[in-house]
Amino acid sequence: MDFYGINPAVLIASLMVAAVPIMLAALGELVVEKAGVLNLGVEGMMIVGAIAGFIAAVTSGSPVVGFLGGALAGAALSLVFALLTQFLLTNQVATGLALTLFGLGLSSLAGQGYNGIKPPATHAVPFGPLAEIPFFGRILFSHDWMVYFSVAMIALVWWVLRSTRLGLIIRAVGENHEAAHSLGYKVNRIRLGCILFGGAMAGMGGAYVSLIRVPQWTDGITAGAGWIALAIVVFASWKPWRVLIGAYLFGGITVLQLNLQAAGARIPVEYLSMSPYLITILVLVIMSSGRGRAGLSAPAALGQNFHASR
Amino acid sequence: MLRLERRPTPSRFWQYGTPVVAVVLTMIAGGLLFALLGKDPFAVIRTIFWDPLFGEFAWYLRGQLLVKAGPLILIAIGLALGFRAGIWNIGAEGQYVMGAVIGASVGLAAYPTESRLIYPAMVLAGAFGGWIWAMIPAILKTRFNTNEILVSLMLVYVAETILAKAATGFLRNPEGAGFPGSRSFSSYKAASNPELIAGSGLHWGGVAALVTAGLVYVLLQRHILGFQIKLAGQAPRAARFHGVNPTRLVVFCMGISGALAGLAGLFEVSGPAGQISIDFNSGYGFTAIIVAFLGRLNPLGIVLAGLLMALTYVGGEMAATNIGLPSAAIQVFQGMLLFFLLGVDVLSNYRIRFLLFVKEAR
Repeated sequence: MDFYGINPAVLIASLMVAAVPIMLAALGELVVEKAGVLNLGVEGMMIVGAIAGFIAAVTSGSPVVGFLGGALAGAALSLVFALLTQFLLTNQVATGLALTLFGLGLSSLAGQGYNGIKPPATHAVPFGPLAEIPFFGRILFSHDWMVYFSVAMIALVWWVLRSTRLGLIIRAVGENHEAAHSLGYKVNRIRLGCILFGGAMAGMGGAYVSLIRVPQWTDGITAGAGWIALAIVVFASWKPWRVLIGAYLFGGITVLQLNLQAAGARIPVEYLSMSPYLITILVLVIMSSGRGRAGLSAPAALGQNFHASR
Repeated sequence: MLRLERRPTPSRFWQYGTPVVAVVLTMIAGGLLFALLGKDPFAVIRTIFWDPLFGEFAWYLRGQLLVKAGPLILIAIGLALGFRAGIWNIGAEGQYVMGAVIGASVGLAAYPTESRLIYPAMVLAGAFGGWIWAMIPAILKTRFNTNEILVSLMLVYVAETILAKAATGFLRNPEGAGFPGSRSFSSYKAASNPELIAGSGLHWGGVAALVTAGLVYVLLQRHILGFQIKLAGQAPRAARFHGVNPTRLVVFCMGISGALAGLAGLFEVSGPAGQISIDFNSGYGFTAIIVAFLGRLNPLGIVLAGLLMALTYVGGEMAATNIGLPSAAIQVFQGMLLFFLLGVDVLSNYRIRFLLFVKEAR
């Protein structure tokens, strides 16, 4: 059953780990976009979360504190975006880009002196005998708690958006902010909350990269994961469970190409390492073509600022 | 209590005033940042903004200004055209790299022939490289309705992989003892992009930037295409009634910005950088986004903005060597500038009312 000496159970288990950062970031961005805001700063929030989480974990010695620190830093950076777009009514595309440029600089400034340090390890959740089950034990019961947390968050967001009052309000704000405003909802404040949630999730995803996935700090560590997360939201047609599928798909591609590189496959390394980006483009094309299929499920007020001037 | 009130028309005064206010605010916030890093903020600000122009080494650094500003201006002008029409080409960095790789390939293929035709051919190839790389998101957008922001950005990572392959593989100097990097262009006369006036820092890239600024200014002010670009950005519905063809507009704007970014890459690699190496691209494609906004998407404004941004690069390097300011601090500084620019812009479209004495008039 081996393919280039790659064990399928190990492959699936490691793709689940590889998928966590983009899943968390994409899920956060999904909520933001559901509220009608396009935050292109995911990459910036992720990398700031990565370094903040790394510093917090190294200084406190606890990975949990690291993840909280990452979430906090991501939320703090997204607050800048929220204040600019919601209260100073700046262009969301440009502000998101600014967030990414700023975040990349800030992370590399804050990360000086943290190269080559090992963060405290996060251990697998002890499932006891369950982890001994052949094949499925390795896939399902061998992970750290963040893997399960990310799936639980998908379920939570799905439930909140689908069947709670809060979810209904968020969707209303994202579909038609004028109508939501005339019903008395504070459009900008609700969006502010969603943006902060998205920032926290992206920051936590970034922290996962530097604390578990890599695990160390180097400049530009997220390497476009934030942009792939944005693409996954489109791929998922703004539906939480499809974010899970999308993240596992991209996690799979990343892990597979790394494994193929290590196994010395006959495909040149360059083609393998550009494959996640090329496949992202391909997926975007497929999802957007055919009378704008993805476009149909996009929130109607996506990317439009709201000002109660009438 | 503060309240924003939409102006009937954007304020003329603030349209010119906001970049200045943003720069001042960034200096203040940047000063705080430098102080946090344990540096004397006034010394740092003076090193960045004053010394390169009037300091001890100004005779050399003023030249460096044009070297850095050239590619920034060239790329930013192209981007601004698209931004005006609501077409977001974020992947200029990739187009810049591809222009350099393809242009350099043409030059290196002719090595060691000496001919006057080689450099023009390289320039064309560079523009073509950037153009073709920008055509991918453009065609995908017009044909399949794919988001050009994400596609053009993904292609940056692809271009960087190709650059790595070029530097270590197909363009590597065969006499370079296996080190990565291509042959040096400065020792290959026919394909090099030397300083045109000694000490000025002006090379063909700077000339191209200034000429392009003039041409694009005329295009936007006097040509129907420029009118259509502005119309499509400000009033998409009106543009449709006017008969603007969105497909043509996307292909045109992406194509021009790609070709200009490719040109910038070729001028850089054959001039200041001197060879194809893994990291010759220093993020100009991304910084140019800031330059475009700082210049208010206006070609003449972009020339000034490019010079100012070049000043932060040159001054930042000075501050790094003299005061020990981390080079990432300059990146943060540039990012802050974009935040302030976007934020202060509210003044040109809205009035700020203090609702202390004014009764709610509704």
